Amino acid sequence: MSGPSKYVPNSGFEKWLDRRLPLIRFAYDTMVDFPTPKNLNYWWTFGGILAIFLVIQILTGIILVMHYVPHVDFAFASVAHIMRDVNGGWLVRYMHMVGASFFFLAVYIHIFRGLYYGSYKEPRELLWGLGVIIYLLMVITAFMGYVLPWGQMSFWGATVITNIASAIPVVGEPIHKWLLGGFAVGQPTLNRFLSLHYLMPFVIAGVVVLHIWALHVPGNNNPTGVEVKDVEKETLPFHPYYTIKDGFAILIFLMVYVAFVFFAPEALNHPDNYIPANAQVTPAHIVPEWYLLPFYAILRAIDFDLLFIPAKLGGVIAMGGAILIWLALPLLDSSKIKSMRYRPLGKIFWFLFLVNFVILGFCGANIGEPWTTISKIGVIYYFAYFLVILPLLGIYEKPKTPPASIADSISGAH
Amino acid sequence: MRKILLTTILTLGLASSAAFANEGAHKLLDAQGSYEGIFGRFDRAQVQRGFQIYKEVCSSCHSMKEMHYRNLGEKNGPYYDPKFPNANDNPVVKAIAKGYKVKDVDANGAEVEREGTPADAFVSPFDSDYAAKQANGGALPPDLSVITKARHGGANYVYSLMQGYNKPVPHGVNVPEGKVYNPYIAGGIIGMPEQLTDGRVTYADTPENKGIKATTEQQSADIAAFLQWASDPHQTERKKTGLATMLFLFIFAIFTWLSYQSVWRNVKH
Amino acid sequence: MELSDSSHTNGHEGQPTRRDMLHVATGAIAAGGAAMVAWPLINQMNPAADTMALASIEFDLSTVAEGSQAKVMWRGAPLFIRHRTAEEIARAKKDDSAPDLRDKQTDEQRTMQSDGKAGKAQYLIMQAACTHLGCIPVGVTESGYLGDYGGWFCPCHGSQYDTSGRIRKGPAPLNLIIPPYVYLSDTLVKIG
Repeated sequence: MSGPSKYVPNSGFEKWLDRRLPLIRFAYDTMVDFPTPKNLNYWWTFGGILAIFLVIQILTGIILVMHYVPHVDFAFASVAHIMRDVNGGWLVRYMHMVGASFFFLAVYIHIFRGLYYGSYKEPRELLWGLGVIIYLLMVITAFMGYVLPWGQMSFWGATVITNIASAIPVVGEPIHKWLLGGFAVGQPTLNRFLSLHYLMPFVIAGVVVLHIWALHVPGNNNPTGVEVKDVEKETLPFHPYYTIKDGFAILIFLMVYVAFVFFAPEALNHPDNYIPANAQVTPAHIVPEWYLLPFYAILRAIDFDLLFIPAKLGGVIAMGGAILIWLALPLLDSSKIKSMRYRPLGKIFWFLFLVNFVILGFCGANIGEPWTTISKIGVIYYFAYFLVILPLLGIYEKPKTPPASIADSISGAH
Repeated sequence: MRKILLTTILTLGLASSAAFANEGAHKLLDAQGSYEGIFGRFDRAQVQRGFQIYKEVCSSCHSMKEMHYRNLGEKNGPYYDPKFPNANDNPVVKAIAKGYKVKDVDANGAEVEREGTPADAFVSPFDSDYAAKQANGGALPPDLSVITKARHGGANYVYSLMQGYNKPVPHGVNVPEGKVYNPYIAGGIIGMPEQLTDGRVTYADTPENKGIKATTEQQSADIAAFLQWASDPHQTERKKTGLATMLFLFIFAIFTWLSYQSVWRNVKH
Repeated sequence: MELSDSSHTNGHEGQPTRRDMLHVATGAIAAGGAAMVAWPLINQMNPAADTMALASIEFDLSTVAEGSQAKVMWRGAPLFIRHRTAEEIARAKKDDSAPDLRDKQTDEQRTMQSDGKAGKAQYLIMQAACTHLGCIPVGVTESGYLGDYGGWFCPCHGSQYDTSGRIRKGPAPLNLIIPPYVYLSDTLVKIG
């Protein structure tokens, strides 16, 4: 996709700089001239939306740390101080808090778009893999961030999730203590979680750079899943065509986000986290933030020993495997066709996978029957989609014929 | 794909609200507070009455550690006065603060008790959580600073709980010695006896309070309004800023849309 | 480059069009939005409400006995509130026109309220920071006082202040700073 650079330095300074450090050439090639398929739909705007949210989270986060106190006796009060006394502190905190939710909402749309249009397939396996790593880092960051306000959910969420480590045979207990810096969640845990919560976003930003680099070598996938054949006819320069389109989509998404920030900032939060952490009382019902519920359901669904694997370890393996299996997706999907548009059966299974994911979310939020049974069925379908359906479907499915080229698809569509 | 995903987003939203909304056993009463909704604003006289109830009733057991006397006179607070943009100078707030004795250390490091100032935090009724438990039969009266955020149902929870006394105890519910049945608290058993009986406080005789009787219902609504304000003193400012921001984004989006259409006008895609 | 240019101009080379105006307007709104977002992000670093609440304090002067001085914390640093003896006041007034005053002020000016009204000669309220490099000067009744003027002596670099807090000797350039204050009653003063 990236042919010879079309950048022409104009001024003397640009020429001088271009021979020494071609920064402007790099920016021009990647953000202005970059040839982008003409037929991208709005689902392709979520990459830009995610970039904006990474910036929002980092900026508001840097500000919050200026006022937050990572001490078990003062953390809760310092959050109240931010909400009440810091100039505009309530706005910054709500932007950060609601921002986390919308970051995940956008990343899920981005992921499911990739699943639908086969964006993980050759030659974009690495692009996909880097995306999975970004998602994993986001989960870790979000989890540690949720601990910082030091409410009841913070404390007990940290207790429950760090206990996952203790499921590992033999070395689990030492690792658990090492993670916590003690025998239970306490001051050392809070301190290191703040440190890592602050560090992680910059690691994420680094992987995002690689992710975008890996996008710019093969170029964008597109709704037809057919690769670009004629750059002149089938692509547009990224600027102004996609900067303005992404900009518009970002604004629409921001409007929903802003509505939550100002009018319903607590809607996605849990009331128990406004009760200060208390090591002597566990809340009646521990739930993670909504965006982690499907994986929480997978963790809890394995409540039985499987051969030599105890239930506790089994749940941890299932939850970790549920994310890590995404890495193997390019190998598992045997179909030659990228886009589900031309895969009548694949489309149905994709949709069921999406519904299943949402149902798992419900299961994660509720306890007891019928949720346990439903979550078990959900786990089976979740893994079957990757391990059985996608590998076999490529062999047995009779796909429709995709257009010969993007140009054909454009002239045929209107 | 568009339709499918939009439905998913909506269901996800519903899922999360369903997951978090309902854990209490009993449906809450609706206080119909003037502060509800995007355009909802506080009734100043009501928040003042609510503060009076906190001061005369609740504060003998419940602390409000995150609140300061100055908050009462800050913008959108119950005793805000535009003549005193700095709440420290507000005579009403000063008088309220002066009514409390605050433990402090003097310049020599000796422990002293002095009169409260607007900069002081609300004085807690007990020296420690331990002392609070000792005085209340082993149960710790929760701090009320963010109580409407810390309970499902928010202000309506407070409103309902205050009126949830003297209800018939359902079969199978065992009320231990020294406790009371109240359907609105999780588990149905509460340590706090009924507080807001009719006429528990006598409202100040002001024009705003004309015709308002201190019934259980009225007092419950008033304390709920005060605690709703105290849990998030910036909420009025937040909603106002939100409306302006939404309007701005709307106009911005329209212009961006027009620019977008203009840039793409000759492209077939 | 060519492509984006052709989308900005409409046929006539270099002529601005209505389309250009549209893009300029969109850009202007974007810039305005960025500025509006930037303000809270900057303003959050200003002193918070709890800090501002302590920016002014009230002090009961009747707690300071004649001939002694109280050290009171104000805006994160100490203040001297000295209840001067008649002798000290007389000495200060006598030096009003002394030739070695580096920063000329009369004792009346030194005790003036911030609204310009006359203060009380017996109470001298000053910031307890040497105007040289910020050390806390030692008062005449405290141990370590080595001055000649009966007021304050800075142990760091030897600046000497008289009974009116005026600089008389040493490296400090200015008299001890008087904070803004007004008397609310005979004995109650509001500082800040």
